Amino acid sequence: MSSIGTGYDLSVTTFSPDGRVFQIEYAAKAVDNSGTVIGIKCKDGIVMGVEKLIASKMMLPGSNRRIHSVHRHSGMAVAGLAADGRQIVTRAKSEATNYESVYGEPIPVKELAQRVASYVHLCTLYWWLRPFGCGVILGGYDRDGPQLYMIEPSGISYRYFGAAIGKGRQAAKT
Amino acid sequence: MDLKMEDFNAPHSMGTTIIGVTYNGGVVLGADSRTSTGVYVANRASDKITQLTDNVYLCRSGSAADSQTVSDYVRYFLHQHTIQLGQPATVKVAANLVRLLSYNNKNFLQTGMIVGGWDKYEGGKIYGVPLGGTIIEQPFAIGGSGSSYLYGFFDQAWKEGMTKEEAEQLVVKAVSLAIARDGASGGVVRTVTINSEGVSRKFYPGDTLPLWHEELEPQNSLLDMMNVASPEPMNM
Repeated sequence: MSSIGTGYDLSVTTFSPDGRVFQIEYAAKAVDNSGTVIGIKCKDGIVMGVEKLIASKMMLPGSNRRIHSVHRHSGMAVAGLAADGRQIVTRAKSEATNYESVYGEPIPVKELAQRVASYVHLCTLYWWLRPFGCGVILGGYDRDGPQLYMIEPSGISYRYFGAAIGKGRQAAKT
Repeated sequence: MDLKMEDFNAPHSMGTTIIGVTYNGGVVLGADSRTSTGVYVANRASDKITQLTDNVYLCRSGSAADSQTVSDYVRYFLHQHTIQLGQPATVKVAANLVRLLSYNNKNFLQTGMIVGGWDKYEGGKIYGVPLGGTIIEQPFAIGGSGSSYLYGFFDQAWKEGMTKEEAEQLVVKAVSLAIARDGASGGVVRTVTINSEGVSRKFYPGDTLPLWHEELEPQNSLLDMMNVASPEPMNM
């Protein structure tokens, strides 16, 4: 589906007449066209997988990691612009350690997801920032068991049993 | 004779005996009720067991002002945390907030506290946060000036896995023993019991407490002692 903004898509602080913010939708496209990322919540944990795109045969295997650990009990798989993803992971790590130093317990996954989603959403509010061009699947294991969340470039975050983003998500979901 | 007047606006210290004890299913917190300014008892019926959340309470000792301020801040932070989390805060989180304030302001504060409560993950828990701002999880904790007289008592009387009634009796007995020996503790004994069913407060007035070695019977009125017929009018 190609949507033409025709002037309403120049800034993230502009709504179109039919109530859409095109810049955010375009950011989501960056995610849709990237390598697939899948996450599944199981009874006793979370499994996440990413499609490894080998840009060049000269590249060292093991580099260009797209699954990152955020804290002792949580991790993140990133789809979309890798550099944007690194920023989100760094933020998530710092939120997790900050929570633990204030509250004395590991950050609940729900809370971490909310904080990451707020951060992603923040970058959709100001004209001098651009939205993150990456979607994140966040998995963690806290007192309430294993949980899986997905955060989109718009800042929306939902909890899932299974989630997929990227090029092959339709195939992954069937 | 010492004719020095006490300054009644001097900083109020709660001499205090405070206790927190875990039992099979929850915790019992107990305290005396004396707030003293030097030798003057500023409040003989104070409530030293303060609520932080629905399921977590705090026993305060040391400077009354310092402990009240710390508990006000922690209540505020916990309230916000509960809203954000969407469920009751855990005892551990409450205790951690108390000790962060205590530790980071250790040069300004003089208060030892005991945090006790019940949450669905860990059950009944007691955390001691003494003067320097350390945090220590304990099956039972004692604090305040009166606690000095209770270390040996608890070594002997404490046991794991008591029932609610046993724990409450232990706390009341311990506070009343401390009151008997510590001049800065006195008044009534207050207890707060917290478990999965909720919170229940109990109050033990001085005359319901057992008497210890050489203690006198409580008198309702000093006039009862003067068991005489009305005195003869003076003959001028």
